[in-house]
Amino acid sequence: MTNPFEYSLAPESTSIVKIESHYNLYIDGKFQASKGGKKFVTVNPATEKVLAEISQATPADVDKAVKAASEAYRKVWSKLSGAERGKYLFRIARILQERAREFAVLETMDNGKPIRETRDVDIPLAAAHFFYHAGWADKLDYAGLGESPKAHGVVGQIIPWNFPLLMLSWKIAPALATGNTVVLKPAETTPLTALLFAQVCEQAGLPKGVVNIITGDGSTGAALVNHPGVAKIAFTGSTEVGKLIARSVAGSKKALTLELGGKGANIIFEDAPIDETVEGIINGIYFNQGHVCCAGSRLLIQENIKEEVLDKLKRRMAMIRLGDPLDKNTDLGAINSAAQLAKIHELADSGDSEGAERWSAPCKLPEKGFWFPPTFFTGVSQAHRIAREEIFGPVLSVITFRTPSEAIEKANNTPFGLSAGIWSDKGSRILWSAKELKAGVIWANTFNKFDPASPFGGYKESGWGREGGRHGLAAYLKGEHS
Amino acid sequence: MRIDVRKTYKLFIGGEFPRSESGRTYELFSPKNKEFIANPALASRKDLRDAVVAARGVVEKWASASAFNRSQILYRIAEIMEGRTGQFIEEVIAQEGITPAQARKQVKEAIDLWVWYAGWCDKISSIYGSTNPVSGSFYNFTTPEPMGLVTVFIDGENSLLDLVHGIAPVLAGGNTVVAIAHENFPLSAITLAEVIATSDVPPGVINILTGKSQELAPWAGAHMDIDAIDGSGLNDQLYKELKIAGTENLKRIFRFEEATPIRIISFMENKTVWHPIGI
Repeated sequence: MTNPFEYSLAPESTSIVKIESHYNLYIDGKFQASKGGKKFVTVNPATEKVLAEISQATPADVDKAVKAASEAYRKVWSKLSGAERGKYLFRIARILQERAREFAVLETMDNGKPIRETRDVDIPLAAAHFFYHAGWADKLDYAGLGESPKAHGVVGQIIPWNFPLLMLSWKIAPALATGNTVVLKPAETTPLTALLFAQVCEQAGLPKGVVNIITGDGSTGAALVNHPGVAKIAFTGSTEVGKLIARSVAGSKKALTLELGGKGANIIFEDAPIDETVEGIINGIYFNQGHVCCAGSRLLIQENIKEEVLDKLKRRMAMIRLGDPLDKNTDLGAINSAAQLAKIHELADSGDSEGAERWSAPCKLPEKGFWFPPTFFTGVSQAHRIAREEIFGPVLSVITFRTPSEAIEKANNTPFGLSAGIWSDKGSRILWSAKELKAGVIWANTFNKFDPASPFGGYKESGWGREGGRHGLAAYLKGEHS
Repeated sequence: MRIDVRKTYKLFIGGEFPRSESGRTYELFSPKNKEFIANPALASRKDLRDAVVAARGVVEKWASASAFNRSQILYRIAEIMEGRTGQFIEEVIAQEGITPAQARKQVKEAIDLWVWYAGWCDKISSIYGSTNPVSGSFYNFTTPEPMGLVTVFIDGENSLLDLVHGIAPVLAGGNTVVAIAHENFPLSAITLAEVIATSDVPPGVINILTGKSQELAPWAGAHMDIDAIDGSGLNDQLYKELKIAGTENLKRIFRFEEATPIRIISFMENKTVWHPIGI
């Protein structure tokens, strides 16, 4: 008998997007073929079908892009008033809103994340970032960073695959608003929305060379980081690569901001409203397949409510709909790549072998594509790899505590310091916990909320600097320290 | 004729004045006439580690002191320094070989700089924090918090003034300090330590080592319990090596040229807190 409550299929049409078979590099206002670079493909992780062939930018291409950005900075962008720069950003924001559905569908195809998220989170937030920063462009004197703060010049930006267009907007919007020009490298597995963004720049009439998009792998990124014409590097990605970049930039005049990994603690106190909390746990770790640097990947539950929380969590997790990311009812999409899936498996297996107990939601995984069911581990000790290392997947490690100070101690027992969550009905306890937690973003009775007006970034090994808000501007203006 | 009673210049760690555990000292000579002045302690790697332990032990205490309290303690340092003006002038002259008028000017500036930073303690969060107008029913605010433990390599342009340039802003931001005095200027550094020891500064909040920065910088850069470093007193080569070593735990490492609130805020970390608004 069929279940009368079964959802009907509700796939979003892909007719709105037009994907080329091959993409060149976007340098100096036009798509140009790479000079001798190899090609690689980007695939839809939900189907494993090849979407397009992408150019691998060589050091010569990087040089060309940096020169284009440098010339655009000298001749055009640095001579424009803040108000006029701002108008270009407003235009970009509007075009992103106008073409939002196209971007959402393309992002879902290239990344594997559910259309519900690209449509309701990624793309609207990306547009909002440009709109927010547009208004800053002629108000930098009021940003508390000294009188007439100066741009760096050419900024090299490297972004990850988990929020491709959103991370592009976090990088490009503040860089342009503050008067810099940009060479941006999107992640190898998710270049398509960045390449589509090049079209947006053209539609906006942005002067050539102000934004350059070069595709490629880590070697392209390294060439960009080490190019002498780049005055500032902004990187979002793993702590491991962030340290390598910091090392290669050390001692040079290049400025550097880093937004790196995390192992966020989501702390559930005994007085928390349990039903809302369970929603928050779900949002904290299963949003975007757990491919979130600020994910609440360590669940710290006060011991006496552990059974109740986990029972409700299991019931809720069983309702998560995993599958076709283009289906409007889908909650959990595909893992972004085979390599990432292998990494999640490897870490989850270490949870088994180190003695933690695995529970996965009973959901059927599609045959094609890269998938991992929503999972949590109980019996996790602080020494376990799954409690220390960033899994970057839909895997939660459950740890218990007895007293508030034990919760804080466990939460802070990590070299990371990006995010943390607090669930409690008691205001003074929330504010005390927020003060004690060593993390750059604290979500109290909520989780994974983002806004262009809200500074984002980490303590300790989660990074250097902030993105968003007034504080984020400092990353793109020359400071008084070297 | 009376023979002077000379002072033994030792280190300042955890509120005490130990000799270097290594037993090492170095000779300090007058830049003017090359006459012997003193045998200050030559701090070792182990002294640095001891100072870090002392400073780490009071990170929470100092960070959680009220901003008003910290402000009063910084002001207290200025008060006690004022009473020792004569001694500081003599030491500045001895170390730098400058005129009494120049030395007096520097000492007064150093005292006034403490007063300036004392006043910043309870204003920095108002100026550099924010409430953020996010879309949605949330209260969202950002506030700067102390980073924790900061090591400062003191610059060597003005012996006493640069000590205050280095230490005061880090302290005003609520961090504990391990300061490495400039090799040529240990006298004013240790006399400042005596001022600090009698100024209501909790023991361990400020620690001062004398010795060679080129010896200590690599260890400071690699030390996993140091959160941030002011490398103003290092040359370009040492600064580069320090930055490379510091990437191991992504220390925040900066150099500065003047007194500005940026010096305070550089050693603070912005924390953003979200909470829903609802009935």
